[in-house]
Amino acid sequence: MNDISTWDIVRNLFDGAVWTLALSLTAFVFGGLAGLAILFARIAKHALPRRLALGYIEIFQGTPLLMQLFIIFFGGSLIGLEISPWIAAAIGLTLFTSAYLAEIWRGCVEAIPKGQWEASASLALSRFEQMRHVILPQALRIAIAPTVGFSVQVVKGTAVASIIGFVELTKTGSMLANATYQPFLVFGFVALGYFALCYPLSAYARTLERNLHGARSH
Amino acid sequence: MSYVFDFPAVFEHTDALLAGTGRTLALTAIGAVIGIALGIVGAVCRAWRLAPFDRLFAVYVELIRNTPFLVQLFFIFFGLPAIGVQMNEWQAAILAVIINLGAYSTEIIRAGIEATPKGQIEAAQSLALNRLQTFRHVVLPPALLKVWPALCSQVVIVMLGTSVCSQIAAEELTFAANFIQSRNFRAFETYFIVTAIYFLLAIGIRQLMMQIGRRLIARRP
Repeated sequence: MNDISTWDIVRNLFDGAVWTLALSLTAFVFGGLAGLAILFARIAKHALPRRLALGYIEIFQGTPLLMQLFIIFFGGSLIGLEISPWIAAAIGLTLFTSAYLAEIWRGCVEAIPKGQWEASASLALSRFEQMRHVILPQALRIAIAPTVGFSVQVVKGTAVASIIGFVELTKTGSMLANATYQPFLVFGFVALGYFALCYPLSAYARTLERNLHGARSH
Repeated sequence: MSYVFDFPAVFEHTDALLAGTGRTLALTAIGAVIGIALGIVGAVCRAWRLAPFDRLFAVYVELIRNTPFLVQLFFIFFGLPAIGVQMNEWQAAILAVIINLGAYSTEIIRAGIEATPKGQIEAAQSLALNRLQTFRHVVLPPALLKVWPALCSQVVIVMLGTSVCSQIAAEELTFAANFIQSRNFRAFETYFIVTAIYFLLAIGIRQLMMQIGRRLIARRP
């Protein structure tokens, strides 16, 4: 235990944090793309895609992320796919992120006054064109703050991936705590690492929200 | 591809499933009651700017909301004994849930309290209610009612989050799942069933909490 210095702990945790960041970015980018598709289904004209999207969102919001990861991990090997913890975590967190973002963005789209839909419809825009040129640009403005706010949940969610064996910040911390017998110090550093990743995002989301409300009141 | 699903293999362990479900519910219930109570205290300190507690709660809220529950749990269970605070896995799990939910509900309830119209407080004062009476009868009930849906969602999120308590060997529902799949080697079926149980719990808890909100806070039959 004596040959692992505090500096070694910090350096190893930093390497782990890089993977936390990589997983967060992957989940956020792909989750955003998938979330956009689900958003379109969720506000579609026809009832079937709307219901399917609603079911998708409710399932991912109503079950533990850990269970979702287990099912992907073990379900993959069931159909003969050897899924690595990294792939399982990336898929799981992407699906998780997409469900939440779709629901957040739906709220933003629905906050756009109905008159905007009607006005653009009266200009003979198709539903897709209405979304593309009229609704989404306005919804985007109010969506940025809650989207940045949710990114904090994604970063924190990646900690659960440590349980299926993906070596990121939390897993690195567990291994170091076992190796050094200094759990207080190690998990303190781990918590600080997450705080360093998440706090700027939280603060930025708050600033965005304040600016938006300020802009509205004028 | 000739995998044959065997769901009955999971139900041979119904007793373990039930015990796990009961403990997950108990953990959530204790955490929700004390966590929301803590949230009310924190929200009052924040909204009324009661120094130095408002600052302390602000730091607490930021620390908890910007770190994962799993790390909070590990810090409490593995970290605190290193500085002499011993506790078993259930005490650690309950403490972690309370601390986590306390932070979120502080922020949620504060929003409700700060949305109280000034005229209501002035009206209460003109009826010679003191500060505590004003809070108890005029400020808190409508504030809680306003943010109750957000609190319900947070309790559901916390309940789902307790699945990671299996990692410190607290024998809740996910722990039961891990145990069952180690016995019947039917990992997929086991986790599928347990995920379905969590889904039903999420729906049930939301329904129950909405009922509580209607009965206790709004005082409607």
